[in-house]
Amino acid sequence: MEFQLPEYNLWLMCPEFFLTIWALVVLTYDLTTKRKSGSMVGYLAMAGPILTLAVAAILYAAGLYGYGRGFGEMFFNDPMALFFKVIFLGTAFMAIGSSFGIIRQKIINHRGEFFALMLLSTVGMMFLASSNELISLYIGLELTTIPLFVLAAFFKDDKLSVEAGMKYFVVGAFSSALLLYGISFLYGMSGTTDLLQMKITLAIAQLTFQKNFLVVLIGMVLVTAGIGFKLTLPPFHQWAPDVYEGSPTPVAAFLSVGSKAAGLVAFAKIFVNGLQGYYDPSTAPVDWGQLVGLLAVIAMIIGNTVAIRQSNIKRMLAYSSIAQAGYIMIGMVCLNEHGLAAVGYYMFAYMFANMGAFAAVAIFEDQTGSCQIDSYRGLVKTSPALSYSMAVFMLSLAGIPPLAGFMAKYKVFAAAIAMTTTDPTYNWLYWLVGVGLLTSVFSLFYYTNIIKQMFFSREDSPYKIVCGGPGMTVLMVGLIGVLLFGIFPEPVLNFATSISAAFGFVAN
Amino acid sequence: MLLSSLIFVPLIGMLIVMMLPKDKHGLIRWTALSVSFIPMLTSFWLTWDYFFHHSGTAAMAYVEGPFNWIPSLNIQYYLGVDGISVPMLFLTGLLSTLSLLVSFGIKDRVKEYFAFFLLLETGMMGVFVALDFFLFYVFWEVMLVPMYFLIGVWGGPRKEYAAIKFFLYTLFGSIFMLVAILIVYFTSEPHSLNMIALLDHGPTMSHNLQLICFVFFFIAFAIKVPVWPFHTWLPDAHVEAPTAVSVILAGVLLKMGTYAMLRISWPMFPSALREFSFWIAVLGVIGIIYGALVSMAQKDLKKLVAYSSVSHMGFCMLALAAYSSVTAMSGVMFQMVSHGLITGALFVLVGVLYDRAHTREIAVFGGLGSKLPVYTGIMVMFSMAALGLPGMSGFVSEFMIFVGSFSALNKVLVSISVLGVVLGAAYMLRMVQNVFLGEFNVARWGGLTDINLREIISVAPLAILTLAIGIYPKPLSDLMSATLQHLVNLMAR
Repeated sequence: MEFQLPEYNLWLMCPEFFLTIWALVVLTYDLTTKRKSGSMVGYLAMAGPILTLAVAAILYAAGLYGYGRGFGEMFFNDPMALFFKVIFLGTAFMAIGSSFGIIRQKIINHRGEFFALMLLSTVGMMFLASSNELISLYIGLELTTIPLFVLAAFFKDDKLSVEAGMKYFVVGAFSSALLLYGISFLYGMSGTTDLLQMKITLAIAQLTFQKNFLVVLIGMVLVTAGIGFKLTLPPFHQWAPDVYEGSPTPVAAFLSVGSKAAGLVAFAKIFVNGLQGYYDPSTAPVDWGQLVGLLAVIAMIIGNTVAIRQSNIKRMLAYSSIAQAGYIMIGMVCLNEHGLAAVGYYMFAYMFANMGAFAAVAIFEDQTGSCQIDSYRGLVKTSPALSYSMAVFMLSLAGIPPLAGFMAKYKVFAAAIAMTTTDPTYNWLYWLVGVGLLTSVFSLFYYTNIIKQMFFSREDSPYKIVCGGPGMTVLMVGLIGVLLFGIFPEPVLNFATSISAAFGFVAN
Repeated sequence: MLLSSLIFVPLIGMLIVMMLPKDKHGLIRWTALSVSFIPMLTSFWLTWDYFFHHSGTAAMAYVEGPFNWIPSLNIQYYLGVDGISVPMLFLTGLLSTLSLLVSFGIKDRVKEYFAFFLLLETGMMGVFVALDFFLFYVFWEVMLVPMYFLIGVWGGPRKEYAAIKFFLYTLFGSIFMLVAILIVYFTSEPHSLNMIALLDHGPTMSHNLQLICFVFFFIAFAIKVPVWPFHTWLPDAHVEAPTAVSVILAGVLLKMGTYAMLRISWPMFPSALREFSFWIAVLGVIGIIYGALVSMAQKDLKKLVAYSSVSHMGFCMLALAAYSSVTAMSGVMFQMVSHGLITGALFVLVGVLYDRAHTREIAVFGGLGSKLPVYTGIMVMFSMAALGLPGMSGFVSEFMIFVGSFSALNKVLVSISVLGVVLGAAYMLRMVQNVFLGEFNVARWGGLTDINLREIISVAPLAILTLAIGIYPKPLSDLMSATLQHLVNLMAR
């Protein structure tokens, strides 16, 4: 038999290649200027995600880029891949934009590495989003996390940062091992690493009453745990507050949005696609729907209650991101045309609000050295632009209309209620909705606590915060995103709905 | 365009105010005030035109849309008014302008204050004109944010507590509304958020779902009214809020709860309404008596007025339970309007005294009648209106409520509620007696000045309307009778 080379279709990977090369350019630029690149390297890195989008757009216009498969069946550009690639690039852009303070003050000799690693991690995420197969998915996840271990420990003289890096590394390695172990069980049961093939094989196995349930169950639990760490779903969330607190603020921001979105893609690919037959208790004796639902409930309760007690804003945002992961997972367990669309839209809205909030925290930290919530007291009188942006981001995270965060929550809860009204066996989703809504009232308390500190104090803040150009850009991008996509979400919602459609969930 | 202008003119005004220089206080004040004249005059003209051209039918007038806003979720931009929203728009337009006038005394962070106030007006107008559930919910929530800031930044000593309590309480109610909206949306076929079209869908839902949705809507609206036992945010918010915000809170925000009941949950779930109407009446009566008794015990003037709101809104709830009577429903609307006028004015007047004396404690005053004759005259007039003196609007509304609900409701309950009128007289007269009659403390209050022209202008329209409705209620009643008849027919299904 003659060996046939698979069709590579390399054009589909051009944005990834471009970003890899750009990361190397950034690195080289810092070296050629003998480490005196200053902010220039930052602007260069910031241009990376934008240019990548431009490359993709140009190729699309030329008819070379779009939905399709490459590299045999390994590389798969479906709506989910494209949608999340936009999120990853946006996250990288905003994270780099909020790092200008630290490259001026703290990272003097390794600016190039800092930005290059961030861009390379983004490349990993983009590959992950396009994987349709367990091995490439795993490699994508590793490419994402390994640069992040280094980034978390980037302040190497700072004990907290080193601790954060170490902790993240140990937890990350452990969770990767769990994931790999789980993948091996799934492979063992289905005999393939291709997710689509796996879906079919497992469905046949289930319909023919092969007794593979225990092994599949072990596989599901292990994979849930492995990805659960990335998603900060309780009980796998303990690392998040410490790592967020210790690592450089832009890295924490990048972790909270980028790494979480990557985990979501992996989760959606393995569970919603590969294990679709094992979702429903009425058709399968083992199901992941209620398991994930339970984790989501715990995430919303723990995240939203523990965040109330935090005095450090980065820890608070860490718990808030745990809670937000819970809301997103509600969308994940709704296998209808709204479910994955809600996940995508939620992540999109969350990116603007959370990256904006972290940018504000980073700008404040650069100039005051403090991450304590009390030190924001009276800030509106000295720095109104920063304070009002922060207030808008907090209200969006809390889900107040007409901001994007509300639309996202609406879509998620709509997905769950749609599920229950079409089929009463999913009535347990009402519990998810109930807990989600009640805890979102709790969440208002800690989000508005920041607003209270900034706005309600009678005395003026001792700090006057000056937002530099890049920092201001990030804040503006966040603000515009939160407002624009809150009031006119239709284009993004349509794109997000095509994610569900690509997974086979269409409106009937 | 007319109704959209009510929403967007204040919003544009807010943007203009935000662009003005920070320390030009006079310019900011006058800009905000003149902007608010536009929606006020629009709402006046709307009332006039509605009265002469549309009040004969219950159909929605000045309809805009439905235009597709977010088609993938069937969310539409759909506005319209009928006989129950027109009086509310009138009240909102009038009270917003008067409150801005009252706010001229604000000295601190003036620009932000007036910007937030105009945003608040956008939210209020939006609630009363929205005919799409999503749009309605958005305005309902949008209003909370400026309110939270207005109480939290410019409020009294416990402002932070009061602001967050108000915000959390109302949001807690709203989430129930959100679930109910989603249930109604997904059970309707084709899926729709159109409030008018869904009125026919409600009774076709399964009985249990109807009960659940009714209760969920009720919690959301009852917190806003506030119905006892959901009222505890109200005294805190009122006492801490600056004067103008109290006026808006009492005059407009509380009415949103009763308006939403009449607009949404009452006609949409008539069978659930039948099952719960007795208990709604009980809650109303408890509110009436409890609010009045607590008012009697208050030492703080503003708290007294705040608790009297609980009592007065209790009358609304009592009459709302008598869903089969058009008279009772007119009573609800009259009570909403007259409470807005009277309590709004009382809060302005309490604020006037507080600005001069820097205290609101009833016991420290006495004999102010001799020193502040004009102020005393106006205050006594509004106190009489609040206790339901014939010739004032309060009497008309309470009379209608009793007449309407006596035949439709449990007679014992209605009889108990009449006690509320007596108790109302008791706390109002005791307040008048302690503050304006008796010994005058010259040493302490000798320097007080009488009410000034700006303050008179800000209560005069309220006084005129209170008297006008009290003496000749027919125009207002004609304005809404067709709509109310239509709603009562829907509730009787």
